[in-house]
Amino acid sequence: MAFITASWNPLGDAFYRKTELYEMSWSLRDGLRDSLVAAAPYGGPIALLREPQRRSPSSRPQLEIYSASGGAFASFPWKSGPVVQLGWTVSDELLCIQEDGTVLIYDLFGSFKRHFSMGQEVVQSQVLEAKVFHSPYGTGIAIVTSSSRFTLATNIDDLKLRRLPEVPGLQGKPSCWVVLTQDRQTKVLLSNGPELFILDNTSCTVVCPSGLSPQDGSIVHMSVSFSYKYLALLTDTGHLWTGLSTLQEKLSEVDTKKTTVPKQMLWCRRPKSQQPSVVLMWDRLLLVVGVCNETIQYPIEDPCVLVGEMDGVRIISSSNQELLQEVPLVCQDIFKIASMAPGALLLEAHREYEKSSQKADEYLREIKEQSMLGEAVRQCVEAAGHEYDTNTQKSLMRAASFGKCFLTDFSPDQFVTTCRELRVLNAVRDSSVGLPLTHTQFKQLTLQVLIDRLVYRQFYPLAIEICRYLKIPDYQGVSRVLKHWASCKVQQKDLTDDAIARAVCVKVGDSPGVSYSDIAAKAYECGRAELAIKLLDFEARSGEQVPLLLKMKRSQLALSKAVESGDTDLVYTVVSYLKNEMNRGDFFMTLRNQPVALSLYRQFCKLQEQETLKDLYNQDDDHQELANYYVTASYREKRLEGRLSLLQSAVDEYNKAKNEFAVKATEDEMRLLRFQRKLDDEKGAGLLGLSLQVTMETLLSLGLHKQAEQLYKDFRVPDKRYWWLKLKSLAEKEEWDELEKFSKSKKSPIGYLAFVEVCIKCNNKYEAKKYVSKVTPEQKVKAHLAVGDLEGAADAAIERRNEAEMGAVLSRCSPSNSLVIERLNRARAAIAKNFDSIHTQAPHLDRRTSCCCPFTIKASVCSIAGVIL
Amino acid sequence: MAHSARRDSPELPDFSILKRLARDQLIYLLEQQHEVDKLYKVEHKPVISTSDQLCFLIRPRIQTVKWICDVVNADKVPGKSRRYKIIFTPQKFYACEAVLEEQGIFGDVTIDEWPFYLLPLDDDIISLELPEFFQDNFLAGDQRWVRTAGSALHLLYSLYGPFSKVYGIGRCSKMAYESWREQVEEGEQKARQAEIGNVFLIDRDVDFVTPLCSQVVYEGLVDDIFRIKCGCVEFGPDVTSSDKSVKVMLNSQDKVFSEIRNEHFSNVFGFLSQKARNLQTAYDKRRGMDIKQMKAFVSEELKGLKQEHRLLSLHIGASESIMKKKTKQDFQELLKTEHLLLEGFEIRECISYIEEHINRQVSMVESLRLLCLLSITENGLLPKDYRSLKAQYLQSYGVDHLLTFSNLRQLGLLVEQQPGETLTVMESKVGKLVNDKTAGKLTDAFSSLAKKSNFRALSRKLNLVPKMDEEYDLRVPRDMAYIFSGAYIPLSCKLIEQVLERDGWMGLEEVTRLLNGHEFAVTVDSKGKNDTQRIILVMFLGGCTYSEISALRFLGREKGYKFIVVTTAITNSSRLLEALLGNHV
Repeated sequence: MAFITASWNPLGDAFYRKTELYEMSWSLRDGLRDSLVAAAPYGGPIALLREPQRRSPSSRPQLEIYSASGGAFASFPWKSGPVVQLGWTVSDELLCIQEDGTVLIYDLFGSFKRHFSMGQEVVQSQVLEAKVFHSPYGTGIAIVTSSSRFTLATNIDDLKLRRLPEVPGLQGKPSCWVVLTQDRQTKVLLSNGPELFILDNTSCTVVCPSGLSPQDGSIVHMSVSFSYKYLALLTDTGHLWTGLSTLQEKLSEVDTKKTTVPKQMLWCRRPKSQQPSVVLMWDRLLLVVGVCNETIQYPIEDPCVLVGEMDGVRIISSSNQELLQEVPLVCQDIFKIASMAPGALLLEAHREYEKSSQKADEYLREIKEQSMLGEAVRQCVEAAGHEYDTNTQKSLMRAASFGKCFLTDFSPDQFVTTCRELRVLNAVRDSSVGLPLTHTQFKQLTLQVLIDRLVYRQFYPLAIEICRYLKIPDYQGVSRVLKHWASCKVQQKDLTDDAIARAVCVKVGDSPGVSYSDIAAKAYECGRAELAIKLLDFEARSGEQVPLLLKMKRSQLALSKAVESGDTDLVYTVVSYLKNEMNRGDFFMTLRNQPVALSLYRQFCKLQEQETLKDLYNQDDDHQELANYYVTASYREKRLEGRLSLLQSAVDEYNKAKNEFAVKATEDEMRLLRFQRKLDDEKGAGLLGLSLQVTMETLLSLGLHKQAEQLYKDFRVPDKRYWWLKLKSLAEKEEWDELEKFSKSKKSPIGYLAFVEVCIKCNNKYEAKKYVSKVTPEQKVKAHLAVGDLEGAADAAIERRNEAEMGAVLSRCSPSNSLVIERLNRARAAIAKNFDSIHTQAPHLDRRTSCCCPFTIKASVCSIAGVIL
Repeated sequence: MAHSARRDSPELPDFSILKRLARDQLIYLLEQQHEVDKLYKVEHKPVISTSDQLCFLIRPRIQTVKWICDVVNADKVPGKSRRYKIIFTPQKFYACEAVLEEQGIFGDVTIDEWPFYLLPLDDDIISLELPEFFQDNFLAGDQRWVRTAGSALHLLYSLYGPFSKVYGIGRCSKMAYESWREQVEEGEQKARQAEIGNVFLIDRDVDFVTPLCSQVVYEGLVDDIFRIKCGCVEFGPDVTSSDKSVKVMLNSQDKVFSEIRNEHFSNVFGFLSQKARNLQTAYDKRRGMDIKQMKAFVSEELKGLKQEHRLLSLHIGASESIMKKKTKQDFQELLKTEHLLLEGFEIRECISYIEEHINRQVSMVESLRLLCLLSITENGLLPKDYRSLKAQYLQSYGVDHLLTFSNLRQLGLLVEQQPGETLTVMESKVGKLVNDKTAGKLTDAFSSLAKKSNFRALSRKLNLVPKMDEEYDLRVPRDMAYIFSGAYIPLSCKLIEQVLERDGWMGLEEVTRLLNGHEFAVTVDSKGKNDTQRIILVMFLGGCTYSEISALRFLGREKGYKFIVVTTAITNSSRLLEALLGNHV
């Protein structure tokens, strides 16, 4: 394959080659002459502004945007001010820096995105020169103004302007300058006559590059490498100094013997290069200067533009585009004439094999003897990656595949990956796409970014094809592309809403990770609300639809979608949004149709906005709740008058709600409050706010029987309640005579057992016994037991012939009551004869009592405890 | 207890990981992230601290947020500047942020979330510790916690799933189920060995009767009387027979407690005395030991015996205290009334008992409980009784209980019988508004208003009140009714039993109709192992009682299931009704 090395030129130990990338498909009338040109690295797009200085309104300059292969993206007349510099951001946006310091940003297709200014100060003094630079922080801009001041913006997406200090003695623009990024700081290196300065945020320092003598003259051109690591300085005597960008160390110094200032000077070095070089371009000459003091000269015919890449330099002329790069080591090894590297031998072996020659075996044997077959395969695969010509790629890969057959334990990963990547690279290098990426650049750029760039250039089918081919998970791959496609699709003005919605639905389907609400948002942004709603209908998660619906002022729909989603936070967000958007009436009406939202809002109001709650009920004519609201409010009110008037409102509302019971209860409460107030004033009884029962209790304990009696009558307190109350009260105060009188006042509505029990509770057995005789026969036994009269209880039980009661008495007997026990047992025996009849009378009650009394267990707890305590 | 217990019950999954997870998260959150050094309870009072950062760990309740606003605003008056951090658990709500915003302190605080959902109270009880779930969801119709329940279920699913089948009944259960399904679909699925087979979701409003009954199983009684908080109870001086209170963890680690917790109280003494005697024997072994044996005794057994001794004396103390409170005649009468209500006999006598209960002001909550029980079992009160009982109650406890009654009516706990009227006022009003598909949803939202309890019919269909032709031996229980002295099988547990037996709702159509529907049974993952099929997670939305847990444990022993109870909170009749009192909003 001798012809491959034909285009190689030696430079020191290395070789340099120029590979043709494209015949440019553009047709430029005047070539690249008199044009402002900006081409982005990584095979990025090219922007051209012809005759930027021409200002007459009749013939405006034309701004044109092309792909790297010359395919037209956009072309439009430039209507804004004079442009000083064009540049591309890392995300393929075009920056146009105007004389007045305004920076306009356009996308790839020439639509205006936004603009910003490089500072107020620039408006008065023009921008003389500007540079666009890339750093880890993004894309930056540096300008120098006619007042000789520098201004920097390190990241245009997060604009922070820094005005650098003044440079002593500088008039107008410096003879040359570059932006350096070092130690996370951005600095400007500039030369003014014989002096070299470094400008940083705070200071301006004179520097002297190590090893550059003043006799070499003043610096007229400088260039910093892609990685900001190396610096090249060209003096007016034609000396080229190369070294580290810290200026601390010199790599070499070469005399180019050219005293004219070159048009462009760029570093040309690949990562880990042994022989870096600098490319200088004059009108008719391209000079590659190696640090080894050697040079290569290429003549050029057309005006060209150089684009620095991480592993070479692209040379764009009006007719074609070439890549100048150092030949990668592995390619040198394989293709160098008479190379004996294993890869070269394998390639040869395969070529012989194709020719069906037995020499193939000899070559193979030779490699195998050195046990280098694995290395040989690796070399071929790697070299294939670096080659641009598909035929060379194929022959290398075939050779690798051939060699692989003779290896047993060889991992096919690298081979397979390279095959796939090459296929992708060849596809995007195609002139119709125009992304001339080298394998090294592709690795640096990453696949994700490549797909993004394809999407950005609207090569959707290719992007999807690549995602599928490389089996990228849908989330990061196909879905992402589809999302962009759909967002782009909805902007097509010539299609109807229906057609677009259908097209989007058919393509996107339910691919995971594609959010219809995002697409709809895009449609809405483009002013197509109807389309947005149609698209939202495809969104499966109703919660996702809400924010956009709100934005589109479809609040009713938003609310129902929020409710559907079951996310109360979302419902509440919509509710509070509606509250601010709508007038009260409409807002309440809307809530009324959404019970879930309504109850949520009510909850909030109960704690936070009592007044709103009232309005809410009012609006609904919900008199019952409104009345309840007033009752609640009345308890928060301290003043009696306020409380009464709130209760009156409650009464009115209860009336409207036809809740007579509540009306009466509330009116009673008002009456009670007035009564309590009166007594508090008269007697200082402290009654206000007590319940009726407690009021009466208090009155009785204070001895105010008459007033208690009055309440009893006024409020129609049930007799039973009043009797219980009075009974307890008298017993507690131990007014036994009063109690007896009371018991005889009329027949007790609560019976007399209550009297017995209350007296016992107050530890007065004597008084209790007085009432035993009055107790009804059914309760006799209980009454006797309560006062501890076992015999009486036994008598009563026997008289009533009730077995259960007898049992109850028996359970209370201790052995000392043997007489009673005997009597009871006898009586029980007598009853047993009539057992059947009794049992049928109350069968279930019997069982119930036996299981209702689980706690009457004889085991004394204390005795258990005694065992161990 | 039950000698027929099946021996082949599967093992419960280990839930201690949940506890460890929560603890590690909390420590990280408080110590590492916020450098908290002292902890206080959040209360509505000024904060006295010189610290320049305050960190609040709270539930997303508007009330608490308002307290914090007061604290911050109080600091602003003297111009004190501090950093404020609010950590919401398990999540923040937009409404809380809105309050901060309205009070003008949104900028002063930073907000964080701690997704803490599940607190394992015991080997088989996990609580969300959200008592407000019941009130918010069933009374106020505020569904904010449904998603939380769904997330809790999802957490269990991702740790112990995949589940084979999910059954459920109730509106809220259905929504929680759907929320969980959504989360399953969003998240990634990991194939793992299932540790929980089936899931049963049930709304508290499906069965209000059970939590309204007096509990007579030991654990339930302890909760009713001493109130168990987060599985921990404080026994007062009357129990400890000293002047100090003691806090005791009640769980299966407590060997004495774990044997009596599920027992009917009447058996507890027998058991305790037997235990005491055994203990004495163990102690007595000391006599006649030589030095070597004594040494072994001290090092091996004594500590265990001492521990057991301590626990035994505590539980004996508690039982005594319960005896003192409950053996009074009142309690027996009360139980008798309850049982009569459940059976539907002698209602008039029950009503006069309740009337007396109210008149004598025995207990505000107890009276309310009986009223509710009466209303539910009788499908509402006769208008005359409804009015007179309410009037008497108001006389006893104040007119502010008008609001309480309004709440109870809304939940269908205490209602008036309305013969012939099928739609309530509210529903017909709503009906006018509705003419599209939302109709179903709207009526759902108000279904509680129209809801009839249908208890009597349910009781007949499911045989909830056992026949009484023979003596019920509480020592050897026949069925789950033992937890209510053999008088009533809890409806919730009976439903679970039936659905598991039938593997769905087939044949229970009439029952679900009476319960207002919303039942579902879904097969999620059909390839479950046989053994895990018998591990069943029961999730109560709105709380469950200890009695229900005891009943499920009994059912598990009988049928060879293992139940895991997940509940929004442990409840009982008092907690349930206190949440509905209208006078403290």
